[in-house]
Amino acid sequence: MSFVKSREAILLAAIVLLLGLIATRFPAFITPHNLASVYSDTTPLMILALGQMVVILTRCIDLSVAANLALTGMVCAMINVAAPDLPVGLTILIALTMGAALGAINGLLVWKLAIPPIVVTLGTMTIFRGVIFLLSDGQWINAHEMSATFTGFPRQVVLGVTVMGWIGLAVALLMALLMARTALGRSFFAVGGNPHAAVYTGLNVGRAQFLAFVISGALAGLAGYLWIARYAVAYVDIAGGFELEVVAACVIGGISIAGGVGSVLGTVLGAMFLGIVKNALPVVDISPFWQLAISGAAILIAVTFNARSGRSKGRVILKSAEHAQ
Amino acid sequence: MGTGQGPVAAQGAVLALDRIIKTFPGVTALDQVQLELHAGEVTSLIGENGAGKSTVVKILTGIYQPDGGQILLDGEPVSFPTAQAASGAGVTAIHQETVLFEELTVAENIFIGHAPRTRFGLIDTAQMRRRAGEILASIGAEIDPGVKLKDLGIASRHLVAIGRALSVEARVVIMDEPTAALSQKEIEELYELVETLKAQGKAILFISHKFDEIFRISDRYTVFRDGQFVGAGKIADVSEGDLVKMMVGRAVDQIFPKRAAQVGDEVLKVVGYSHPTEFEDINFTLRRGEILGFYGLVGAGRSEFMQSLIGITRPSKGAVKLEDHVKVIRSPAEAIEAGIVYVPEDRGKQGAILDLPIFQNVTLPSLRETSHRGFLRLAEEFALTRQYTERLDLRAASLDTTVGSLSGGNQQKVVIAKWLATRPKVIILDEPTKGIDIGSKAAVHEFMSELAAEGLSVIMVSSEIPEILGMSDRVIVMREGRIAAELEGDALTPETLVRHAAGIGVKGEAA
Repeated sequence: MSFVKSREAILLAAIVLLLGLIATRFPAFITPHNLASVYSDTTPLMILALGQMVVILTRCIDLSVAANLALTGMVCAMINVAAPDLPVGLTILIALTMGAALGAINGLLVWKLAIPPIVVTLGTMTIFRGVIFLLSDGQWINAHEMSATFTGFPRQVVLGVTVMGWIGLAVALLMALLMARTALGRSFFAVGGNPHAAVYTGLNVGRAQFLAFVISGALAGLAGYLWIARYAVAYVDIAGGFELEVVAACVIGGISIAGGVGSVLGTVLGAMFLGIVKNALPVVDISPFWQLAISGAAILIAVTFNARSGRSKGRVILKSAEHAQ
Repeated sequence: MGTGQGPVAAQGAVLALDRIIKTFPGVTALDQVQLELHAGEVTSLIGENGAGKSTVVKILTGIYQPDGGQILLDGEPVSFPTAQAASGAGVTAIHQETVLFEELTVAENIFIGHAPRTRFGLIDTAQMRRRAGEILASIGAEIDPGVKLKDLGIASRHLVAIGRALSVEARVVIMDEPTAALSQKEIEELYELVETLKAQGKAILFISHKFDEIFRISDRYTVFRDGQFVGAGKIADVSEGDLVKMMVGRAVDQIFPKRAAQVGDEVLKVVGYSHPTEFEDINFTLRRGEILGFYGLVGAGRSEFMQSLIGITRPSKGAVKLEDHVKVIRSPAEAIEAGIVYVPEDRGKQGAILDLPIFQNVTLPSLRETSHRGFLRLAEEFALTRQYTERLDLRAASLDTTVGSLSGGNQQKVVIAKWLATRPKVIILDEPTKGIDIGSKAAVHEFMSELAAEGLSVIMVSSEIPEILGMSDRVIVMREGRIAAELEGDALTPETLVRHAAGIGVKGEAA
């Protein structure tokens, strides 16, 4: 399929159109500096959406990502309070590991006990939030309790973009590499596209789903550190309800909820679209209520569009086989 | 041979099909077929797999619309645009697997969709129970209409399904393999039920593969072959041998280019393979360069056995020897590793991944070969794909095209290419040409021949007699989960295949 006709190109055009509309009301929005800051702000959403993308590709869903982010972020903040001199690199490693471990819990429940993913992650979402409360006693950890390097690292600016933004870019590139150039990435598409055929081809569907949850969890953990450090505050309800925005970014980005279809670029663009809407509406003086309505409308349009483009494809595999016998 | 009398004009028939045509992309499922059903009589519809029996049932019950011809009810042309229209006209079917609802009561199951209403439009439970009780009593079933279906055994559920079919004012009752899941005692009860229905003047269409049943209960027969009407008449006027001949007919007039193969050493030996429910005590050997056909009726356990052989399900006992080494195959991945691959029957569901491009489908089981240090090399993937798709003469704009956009025949080629690319020792093809057009069929056959000539061992599961006869060096016939016969050479004829598959027993000479 040529790029011009692809879902990604249409989404990119929609984003450009959106920026153009915003610029007519508030030209300063599209200055490079402001766009860079919008991009940075959107990085956590993008990172989470990239993890969610893998999960949705395998016909699952991960509703626990925001809770995972909050729990891992809280743990990072508490470690920072206890050991302020811990190198940031190590904190990030802890965040990734812990997030992956939380994701592995989801993955194991889905793989080994065959519980529907929506039920599993709804459960772990609530449990993770509960654990934060137990750990923190419901207390906030505020900026002054965290070390300057801990909070400063994601906000450092390198070549006009924050470190957080660069991390997001690195994640996107790594995910693109994983999806396009590894057997594991290919197996996510295969398992979601046709689980039966995947089994016959020697792939282990449950294992692929497990690994998808681990990836989603690891990225949620990473986003957990970045979020807590960026906003310099940790509490129970941080990023509450954010999982829905993450799923929305995936859907807008053209990831099929039915599994097996989607791309890294689409997901990135889906996240950016939501990020721009969210950042632009306040400056052009539109109530935040509209932000929700516009996000919702974008989801419906994206899903309708995906459903239609799917239908037009010659999908009549062996209708004639029905005649047999 | 007893080609019966041609279709008598719909004189006296309750329901008749007149020159019905039904086509599907690339295939003519029914080609001007005739069928007549008479009041108070049982007509058996007989034919091999693929003869068009199920298509007829679907047309009679309003699920499919014919592309030509007429349905005549009492001699008047009618059409059944929906299932409701068919049941409204008094045509009802007892299917192979009737869908019932576990959590609903017997009465609710019987009247689902057309429950009697009170004057407020609510379901009249009392009347529904009473009428359900009457219907069940009329077929001699002692079942309380108030119990939930989940509390009933299989046999009682079957009676509920029949009750449901009779809850509409039925004039025509279609029974599609009604005895498939029943015990001998239950079958006897079903025969009695058929007699009851006959006495009530209903016209019955009976579909079965079992000759003893056909002769036991039918009054008339109609034979189809490859979607065409072959003959019809009174069952008293024909013998089993006549019917078998009509079913298989000119079975081998299609061209199957099986070359004389150099059959070599033993490659695969299967000993005592058994499964708790699907098959028992399967023993055979397979040689290099051989095409071994597996013939049987649908439900004979062929596909189930093959799936067990490649590790999708576990056998309860049995062993596999591959080139003299005992292999334990616990998963498809291990089967592929060992060199046994399976091309499933249902390509849409089990074969291709439609949203992925051709090359990604082909290389899926061979990704280890096309990667270096954990990263896939697209150039090598394309090279591997091209190597096999060119051999199979796959026509596609680009190897980057999604498989979903290809024709059925080409999808089949992608699936076969996928398996060949793993360089197997044994390839199992399950109904390799089902549902594909004649041209692609010939190509698949030609190719199978080539593979065997190159020393690959092929197992071909097929329900098409011409294909089995034309392509196989040797044929194993399965019936009810067991090997019924192993045939080769002169013993391999359409008649012997059908007799062993249906369990008629090869007695005497069918002349």
